[in-house]
Amino acid sequence: MLTNEKTTEDVALGIRRRVFEHAMRNNGGYLSQACSAAEQLAWLYNEELNLGPPTLPMIPKSFGGVPSADNPDYHTGAGYNGPFEPDLDRLFIAPAHYALVAYATLIEVGRMAPEGLEMFNKDGSSVEMIGAEHSPGMEVHNGTLGIGLSTAAGLAWGRKRRGETGKVWVYMSDGEVQEGQTWEAIQCCAHHKIDNVKAIMDVNRQQCDGAMNSVMEVGDIAQKMEDFGAKVVWADAHNLDEMRAAARTPHMGKPLIILANSSPWRGMPTLLERFPRLHYVRFKSEEERARYNVEIAKSLKVDPVDYAGAH
Amino acid sequence: MLEMVSRPYERAFEQHALANPDVLCLSADLTSSCEIDKFRDNHPDQFLSLGMAEQNMMSFAGGLGLAGYRPFIHTFGVFCYRRPYDQLIASIAYPRRKVRIMGFLPGITTPGGMTHQAIEDISVMRSMPNMTILETGDATEVESICEAADSIDGPVYCRVLRGQMPRLFDTPIVVGQMRELSLGDDILIVTAGITTEEAMRATKALEGAGVSVRHLHLNTIKPFNAAAMLDHINSVKGGVVTLENHVTEGGIGSLMAEIMADNGVGKKLKRLGLNDTYAHGGSRAYLMRYYGLDALALTQGIEDLMGQKLGITEEDLSAARVDAVHSLAKAEGL
Repeated sequence: MLTNEKTTEDVALGIRRRVFEHAMRNNGGYLSQACSAAEQLAWLYNEELNLGPPTLPMIPKSFGGVPSADNPDYHTGAGYNGPFEPDLDRLFIAPAHYALVAYATLIEVGRMAPEGLEMFNKDGSSVEMIGAEHSPGMEVHNGTLGIGLSTAAGLAWGRKRRGETGKVWVYMSDGEVQEGQTWEAIQCCAHHKIDNVKAIMDVNRQQCDGAMNSVMEVGDIAQKMEDFGAKVVWADAHNLDEMRAAARTPHMGKPLIILANSSPWRGMPTLLERFPRLHYVRFKSEEERARYNVEIAKSLKVDPVDYAGAH
Repeated sequence: MLEMVSRPYERAFEQHALANPDVLCLSADLTSSCEIDKFRDNHPDQFLSLGMAEQNMMSFAGGLGLAGYRPFIHTFGVFCYRRPYDQLIASIAYPRRKVRIMGFLPGITTPGGMTHQAIEDISVMRSMPNMTILETGDATEVESICEAADSIDGPVYCRVLRGQMPRLFDTPIVVGQMRELSLGDDILIVTAGITTEEAMRATKALEGAGVSVRHLHLNTIKPFNAAAMLDHINSVKGGVVTLENHVTEGGIGSLMAEIMADNGVGKKLKRLGLNDTYAHGGSRAYLMRYYGLDALALTQGIEDLMGQKLGITEEDLSAARVDAVHSLAKAEGL
């Protein structure tokens, strides 16, 4: 097993710093996802998940082709989450556009080398912008939203039938509740009493077009999920003790869904001025890029990024 | 007189599933309609009810595949791909999960009309990387479909017949191997599924009219052995006719067109099937006549191809088999 060399708070800060640095060098990126998700992914990888050591190289291999009968050496990125063993957990990251944040997490917890992030979104790389099945830390394709929980339910049902004790965790985003499949998955878990599925949902109330309540109002998702048969508990997405406690909630015969109430500018308050256009941060001018560089660096207590010579 | 067999899938699935503990029976609220209701009652530990929620079912089956199971999905063919197309690709086809999709009521074999008739399923599945496609044409093929599908290292879509059906063949499906039903040298007829029986009805009349027929039956549509087919195409003096329980685009007519064009074969091809149209609800015999999928349509298609009248009338074709729309072999009129 990996030893926790860093505190979870340090991992979360490291995630924000790495995503910030990357966004500065590449003139934009999924910054707000790092703000909302940093503590959740840090907590999962550094504390909650029961994972074995990574089975794939610290520096990711280049793209090795898609699955086909002619590609016997194909493998997914699951090895960064450790080997498949009966007692070990699996993690599906349903919102695959959180990949940059997930890769930063792998680096912070010592499962991938920092060089991995340099390969992000480069042609021929496996470290893809929208996490693919073969990308580090990704176990299945989740690029279309809503399929993660269903896949986890199937795997979890199968694992339970085999007597395996490992859990199946799903990292979800709240926009996914607009997809009907999410509700199909919850009712299915409830009907089949699949209680070895645990999900934590980043409730940042943002989606691609902007604030969720302006795109498609979803109402009281906690009540709706309870009505569909899940055990639901709220936690502050930036309060580790609340998430730790939430994960201990008994949920016999039901899936557990932790609704992590998050701020999409947490740790980078400068982003607030862009609200509600936070899904992907693209700088409008060099002046704006420079100002964000100085302000966010200050918020994260690092030096501004020297991005001259980058994109 | 053809031997008629009732509900061969019911027995075949039970036998296969009991011999293979990693096979699971999945159903989407069409359990009796897919002839697995007795299995559900007798083997509940191996049965999963997933309700009317096909999107979840596809991804769930992908998860079961990841856990090392080989789920058999049972529903009407049309519900296997129209609604859950994204999940079919992302959760099953892309990762090559060993999910066996049993699609019942292929084409116009249901009076359920447009919403129930899988008329473009082969086209959809043929264009999906990693997907294998099998189709059953008689009781023997239905009896062997579970074992054939379960032998595939990856996902499989099967067009499965149910209820009463004839026994045309006495050997099980061998994946990738077409059946050579006659080996004449004028016209090549290629059929699959229920259209094979129609072509067999027409063959005698065609021979009587002086047409030497080479008739091939396909049970494996993808992957396909183009080289073997090319030999057959080259063995006839005239052209090729396909008759399919499917639209004429993307199915076996297109498959033949691709093989002929790829190899520069300068022969005519007549593609018979649903001609860029949806169907409506009605009996199978009515629909096959109305949309030109029956033995008479085939002989007329061959006349068109040859540019000559053969003088074949309905009376010359072997006795048609008429199924009652409502019978004890079916759970409901659908």
